[in-house]
Amino acid sequence: MTLTEHLPILIIILPLFAAVIMPLTGVVNRSLCWYFTVVVTFLVFLIALSLVCNVMEAGRISYWLGGWKPPWGIEYVVDKVSALVLLVVSFIAFAVAIYARRSVEKEIAKSKVPLFYSVYLLFITGSMGVTITGDIFNLYVFLEITSLSLYTLIAMGPKRRALIASFNYLILGTIAGTFVLIGVGYLYMVTGTLNMADLRVLLPELYGSSAVLTAFAFFTVGLSLKLALFPLHIWLPNAYSYAPSVVSAVVAATATKVSAYVLFRILFTVFTVEFDTSVVPVTYLLIFFSSVAIIMGSVIALSQTNIKRMLAYSSIGQIGYIVLGAALTNELALTGSIIHIFNHALMKGSLFLVVGIVVYKTGIDDISGFKGLGRKMPISMAAFTLGALSMIGAPLTVGFVSKWYLAIGAINAGMWFLVPVILVSSILTAVYFWRVVEKIYFHKADEVEEIVTEYEVDGAGCACKRFEAPLTMLIPTFVLSVLCILFGIAANIPAGIASSAAKMLLGGGG
Amino acid sequence: MIETILGKYNYWIYIALMMIGFYAMVAKENLIKKVIGMSIFQTAVFLFYVSIAKVKGGTAPIEWHHSHLYDNPLPHTLMLTGIVVSVSTTAVALALIIRIYKAYGSIEEDRVLVLEKEGGKGE
Repeated sequence: MTLTEHLPILIIILPLFAAVIMPLTGVVNRSLCWYFTVVVTFLVFLIALSLVCNVMEAGRISYWLGGWKPPWGIEYVVDKVSALVLLVVSFIAFAVAIYARRSVEKEIAKSKVPLFYSVYLLFITGSMGVTITGDIFNLYVFLEITSLSLYTLIAMGPKRRALIASFNYLILGTIAGTFVLIGVGYLYMVTGTLNMADLRVLLPELYGSSAVLTAFAFFTVGLSLKLALFPLHIWLPNAYSYAPSVVSAVVAATATKVSAYVLFRILFTVFTVEFDTSVVPVTYLLIFFSSVAIIMGSVIALSQTNIKRMLAYSSIGQIGYIVLGAALTNELALTGSIIHIFNHALMKGSLFLVVGIVVYKTGIDDISGFKGLGRKMPISMAAFTLGALSMIGAPLTVGFVSKWYLAIGAINAGMWFLVPVILVSSILTAVYFWRVVEKIYFHKADEVEEIVTEYEVDGAGCACKRFEAPLTMLIPTFVLSVLCILFGIAANIPAGIASSAAKMLLGGGG
Repeated sequence: MIETILGKYNYWIYIALMMIGFYAMVAKENLIKKVIGMSIFQTAVFLFYVSIAKVKGGTAPIEWHHSHLYDNPLPHTLMLTGIVVSVSTTAVALALIIRIYKAYGSIEEDRVLVLEKEGGKGE
């Protein structure tokens, strides 16, 4: 009985207990909360890292909760896909936690800061749980933990509109969650098991059963709503744009990715590829909706004047890429899709963090507020430009790698007409990011100065020409955007993991 | 025909309740009514789980003879967790409504949206 055996459960228990202790820490000393959060998220990241190493060496890890044997007890599974998602989520959570200190001080009332960190850790608990669990009902519970903490985090936004955004998300999120619960119920009704690996063995005999088809329909619709696939994306733009900056960054980088991961699990682990393509041709539907999402997300992003909204619509397009790769059900496309989960977390994370810096410094979240910032905040704007280049998919950035895999995958699947979809959306992405980049570097700052004085709270920086953000905000942002380039050049590292993960998903390993 | 309607009446009730709740969640303008709809919607699913647990002639799973027919206790246990989730969702929703009322002075969704447009950028 060593500690390493228990890592799969520690990764959940640690942030959960810390979330409970956090308000008490706040009573003792409010400024301790931030240090505590950073330490906890760092430990979670370390655990995820060591799990990834273990999985790469020894293969699938199965942890029996309370020592009960899997089909009866709850099983936690770490395989290549879940290890990768755990690593991404915990890394982003750690980076954003470092960043959070100043931004949270400014945007959230002092008395609520300990509660904010507490709910933040609950959100991480939920995301980790969703990723690691091998039990389908446990999955539902963790999904709801994630969503409930998200509603709270979004409602903490500075404008009163955040409350409405959060309430609408709550209604839609509950519909989605309950749909998943109904799906679980129908599967349990016909198989009598809740374990994913066990379901995979028992289900093929029952593929004709209408209960199984109903379950599958509820799962697909519920999860599409959770991950904001195109016609079901209504909650996302408001939720992203009215949430506090820190929350926008962490939600955009992780929450929808985790839901996409759940969709992969349902499509490929609980059900099989044959079921998705021949028994119910759901993949064709998903290909259609994700292509529409890719185009529409970019088109609507073009017309936005608020930078957070623009990034939110761009996220809808990017989610389209992730689902498209899965729906094509071949190895290369799925590799592209898994790698895009990783890449999109890095680039959207860094973009939203830069926006957070701009809001922190100037208080504006309009695209026009970016005028002339290239001179004033050279480092953060460089980070923004790197992020934007990756979103466009310029070569040598991570965005290129995932689009490349998706395009090759589409051609291999005989769907060549999807290649223009990817190209057109890349051009549109270039257009809407160019608007911002142009403002940053080629426009002179005008009345921005006046607004700055209004927000002048910490007393430093405004008088001089440059006003870079504090280092705790700058370093995580810059690290994320440098990683966009680093993994774009050294693409074989994430691509290697992603392609073996894709092989495993398609090949039927549980 | 009558067999399928009457013999499985619990499932029909579950579907009817679910639809009533779903309708209220989507169509009602009053936020409290939306939350009521949400509770009905979730409770309908609990009923569904309890229905699938029933074994004909089964009783409570308590050991008093060595062999007797008992209902599947697992869905009941699952629904205990489901109820916890449902209660917490309702609590969060009601808390949000209180804050919406404080910020806007109304809990009618259409009225709130009008206020939002008139108020420009809000606070």
